[in-house]
Amino acid sequence: MSKLSQKHLLGIKNLTRQDIELIFETTDNFKEVINRPIKKVPSLRDITIANLFFENSTRTRLSFELAEKRLSADVINFSASTSSVKKGETLLDTVNNILAMKVDMVVMRHASPGAPHFLSRHINANIINAGDGTHEHPTQALLDTYSIREKLGEVAGKRVAIIGDILHSRVALSNIFALKKLGAEVMVCGPPTLLPKFIANLKVKVELNVLKALQWCDVANVLRIQLERQQIKYFPSLREYSLYYGINKQMLENLKKEIVIMHPGPINRGVELTSDAADSAHSIILDQVENGVAIRMAVMYLLAGVAGA
Amino acid sequence: MQKKLILDSDLLDITISRLCQQLIENHDDFAETVIIGMQPRGIYLAELIRKNLEAITKKNIHLGYIDVTFHRDDFRRRETPVKANETRIPFVIEGKKVVLVDDVLFTGRTTRAALDAMISFGRPAKVELLVLIDRKYNRDLPIAADYVGKVVNTLSSQHVLVELEAQGHKQNRIWLINKD
Repeated sequence: MSKLSQKHLLGIKNLTRQDIELIFETTDNFKEVINRPIKKVPSLRDITIANLFFENSTRTRLSFELAEKRLSADVINFSASTSSVKKGETLLDTVNNILAMKVDMVVMRHASPGAPHFLSRHINANIINAGDGTHEHPTQALLDTYSIREKLGEVAGKRVAIIGDILHSRVALSNIFALKKLGAEVMVCGPPTLLPKFIANLKVKVELNVLKALQWCDVANVLRIQLERQQIKYFPSLREYSLYYGINKQMLENLKKEIVIMHPGPINRGVELTSDAADSAHSIILDQVENGVAIRMAVMYLLAGVAGA
Repeated sequence: MQKKLILDSDLLDITISRLCQQLIENHDDFAETVIIGMQPRGIYLAELIRKNLEAITKKNIHLGYIDVTFHRDDFRRRETPVKANETRIPFVIEGKKVVLVDDVLFTGRTTRAALDAMISFGRPAKVELLVLIDRKYNRDLPIAADYVGKVVNTLSSQHVLVELEAQGHKQNRIWLINKD
């Protein structure tokens, strides 16, 4: 099969293991393409893609836009802060107006969990979720697991610890789904206040001590503290958080084994990761960014390539 | 399903050594020439040709693979997107003479896509096309091969099946199949 089971990429939850593997195989090919002297292929030249960012983003937005341009798609960008959303237009109206201009695919980030799912019931274009609130961020999970596969050969059987603000993290949830589907063991680690109440239902290990988590894992995916989503105080101070949950190079060197450090960005240096850890040989943070473009090219190619889509 | 043998193992050996001699006539010792096999099936023939050429010239000859999936003109016109294969061109093609190799030349669309894909790697001095089977009267585009193993008159309802040992078949054989 060379076709995804889904018409949209709303979340990892809806994907099958075969879907993820097909995306990875296609990503291998696109990774070769973006390392050519001329990095562009004409696959999506008759496709128009709208990037609708109702919430701020640097990396994801640039990565999507670059992926679209490398595939020769026509791109229109939209950010909520400079649009009529401020004048009171609803999400559906905004999107329908954009689709009336003959757009084939929508890449959307929104602060409300489920916004792309809602949209998928009302419009015909392919939708790619680029992050919906605290819910899912599928392309990030795909690029994270792809980076693990690239670095360690395979994902199945590997131990992955997700460390930090699990409660507010869509990256954590999508990563847990992707890692479980690919057969990895998953642990979450963070202050008890930042772990979701029902996390154990996802069949992941829970650890409160960061050193024990590091000793257990092959890969540590370190997350940022999302202060912008925290309406109440979950821990006394950033300084105290970094004292108990921050990772530094000394800790990695004391482990007596090699582990891989990942971070979806943006890093708050000195809080969850010190600079010497983030820039150490353990870190594959910049590989993740490179793989992000190839993963997004593969997802768009596979979604757009179905006849009559 | 009717099957007709077009080339058997012995005839194929003769054909390949003839193609190699023709190539040597035009490219001497292959110092300025590289071979690029077209994925997925042209690569086996390209490998065979290279082996023969190296045996004759006693020189190493550059061989690469090109996948044309992302350059095809039938994207979104198929039920499912075509699955891509590996592209590996570990040498510079800028200023070189390139021999593109495929097993069957049919509509010419794959060749067009390959020409497009190849330009991403540089500007060759010259490009030639070598095919084992040229299906006459079926071209959609003004494309012709420079080196041809065998010309076959076919209907578009027919299909050419290339079985090579390198692909895991028992014998090198090429068939014409009626798809009724």
